[in-house]
Amino acid sequence: MERLAASYRLDYDVRARDYVSGGEVSSALRAILKQLSLPPDLVRRCCVACYEAEMNIIIHSFGGHMSIEIFPDRLEMIAQDSGPGIEDLQKAMQEGYSTASEEAREMGFGAGMGLPNIKANTDYFDIQTGKEGTTLTMKVLFLKKEGE
Amino acid sequence: MYYHSVTLDEEKCRGCTNCIKRCPAEAIRVRGGKARIIDELCIDCGECIRACPNHAKIAITDSWDLMDRFQYRIALPAPSLYGQFKNPDINRILTALLQIGFDDVFEVALGADIISHLTREEINRGDLKKPVISSSCPAVVRLVEIRFPSLLGNVLDLCTPMEASAMLAKDAAQKKTGLKREDIGVFFISPCGAKVTSVRRPIGVENSEVDGVFSLTSVYEKIASKVNHIEHPLPLSKASMVGVAWARSGGEAAGTMLENSIYVDGIQNVIKVLEEIELGKMEDLDFLEAMACVGGCVGGPLTVENNFVAQQRIKRLSERMQRESFVDKMTEQELVDEDKPDLERLRWSRSLERSNAMELSDDIGKALSMMQQIDEVLKTLPGLDCGSCGAPTCKTLAEDIVKGLATEYDCVFILKNKINDLAQELNNLAGKTPPVMGQERRKEL
Ligand SMILES: Nc1ncnc2c1ncn2[C@@H]1O[C@H](COP(=O)(O)OP(=O)(O)O)[C@@H](O)[C@H]1O
Ligand code: SF4
Ligand code: SF4
Ligand SMILES: [Mg+2]
Repeated sequence: MERLAASYRLDYDVRARDYVSGGEVSSALRAILKQLSLPPDLVRRCCVACYEAEMNIIIHSFGGHMSIEIFPDRLEMIAQDSGPGIEDLQKAMQEGYSTASEEAREMGFGAGMGLPNIKANTDYFDIQTGKEGTTLTMKVLFLKKEGE
Repeated sequence: MYYHSVTLDEEKCRGCTNCIKRCPAEAIRVRGGKARIIDELCIDCGECIRACPNHAKIAITDSWDLMDRFQYRIALPAPSLYGQFKNPDINRILTALLQIGFDDVFEVALGADIISHLTREEINRGDLKKPVISSSCPAVVRLVEIRFPSLLGNVLDLCTPMEASAMLAKDAAQKKTGLKREDIGVFFISPCGAKVTSVRRPIGVENSEVDGVFSLTSVYEKIASKVNHIEHPLPLSKASMVGVAWARSGGEAAGTMLENSIYVDGIQNVIKVLEEIELGKMEDLDFLEAMACVGGCVGGPLTVENNFVAQQRIKRLSERMQRESFVDKMTEQELVDEDKPDLERLRWSRSLERSNAMELSDDIGKALSMMQQIDEVLKTLPGLDCGSCGAPTCKTLAEDIVKGLATEYDCVFILKNKINDLAQELNNLAGKTPPVMGQERRKEL
């Protein structure tokens, strides 16, 4: 039975190389999710996926946008940037693979665990990438149906 | 209702809003001109005590009369007491405690020695999630319960040195005196209100073995003049430098002897580090010492000496203890072996519980629509976070309004605009004339 339910949206522009603001989106998301009666581990999974997607825009892209929508039964998150895209997607999904710049590595990024972590912490994960940009679509389900 | 040591002295409070801005838990609201604490949110960190210029935020401790109820009274001085004295001599300080009504002393630093030892064992056992988070600061443990419930499985499941010392002190006194356990009173000399609260609302154990808590300040006042005049200090000091170092930040982490540990002090810094841990960024770390007070317990709100001075004294004291020969002092390991206390008792018997104090509603759909309403209300507020409404930020006022705990007219700007509108309307109305008066007015004009 489908009923019109409330949802809550968060929209954030994320700037390239803005390491100082890195983590602001996931912090805001955390503050929101803590006001819902969700199991702590779900909150953690949402925040990890959000943080890694946010940092990838900062570290690897020309800048982009995160939009998050929270429904009573799920979280949907889209991280979109305007390029340059992921050259080798298969490699990018491997644990430990990273093309992070020297500058980013010096700041402690570039462990190559971001995309694998996003995949591990979400229930649905899709990635579209090309020269014009990369789009990640992620979902975390709050209520799992029997057998899932 | 929860018990809290940190409370408001209504008489002294002038409702000035200094404390509401400094509370890391956003737990204070001015209502009826008084800065009241919301029990469910307060973590007893003591920031408001430091912030209040009128000394209206206080940490309640026990009255000295409580001692009369017991036949045998044991003082449990927190190691931070040593840092209050210039060139501290532990034996003199402990001997002075025997001159103000205590029959015996048990150094909490000794409890810390034992907990340091057990912490290493516990971490090597590997049952806890990494990094293991210290549980010695009760304000931090409450913070995790309220704001970081996903990290509850990381919290070290051992008694605090205070609780361990209380247990062991009572065991020893029972053996020594033959008295019944309930006739032996154990009194913790505390640097903070968080410890007082953790005695009334125990963490990890059913009941605390501590019978009363006195403030470090009040004990310091009683013994300060005595300490230097003690001719024959008794050889009471047993704790090692490891336990003594717990008084300042970094001491507990060093005591674990783990290379891969860090320490963080100051409640805002603790929050930042816990956020990073929640994101999985510190999984390669073994141990995190986290203290609510800057400088560790020597920075507690119930201490006397400047915390930077006290930190340095503790540092020098533990260095001196390391240099001194341990001829009549047992090393930590021997001590653990000799007393052979049942160390299993020092593990928690009860697990921590997450608090739902931050939740808007237990119905997610309802909470989401409340969030939308909060955003709508927030748009109408000036965004100055001025505090005049009694809430720390415009955002918290918006939340309070949607929760039904405040009204939009609590905002002075909204109130002023409303008055303006009303004045405008009055003005408009004043210009209008009822038809029966119209003739006269027309003549006049
Ligand atoms: N938004 C993006 N734009 C371009 N390249 C990306 C983006 N996200 C990830 N990548 C590429 O995928 C690689 C792996 O990403 P990730 O697993 O997050 O590791 P890391 O960020 O530590 O390098 C990155 O090094 C980069 O080459
Ligand atoms: S003790 Fe800390 S948490 Fe409690 S009201 Fe004061 S500042 Fe806030
Ligand atoms: S750091 Fe020490 S003094 Fe400060 S609140 Fe925690 S336990 Fe108390
Ligand atoms: Mg990454």
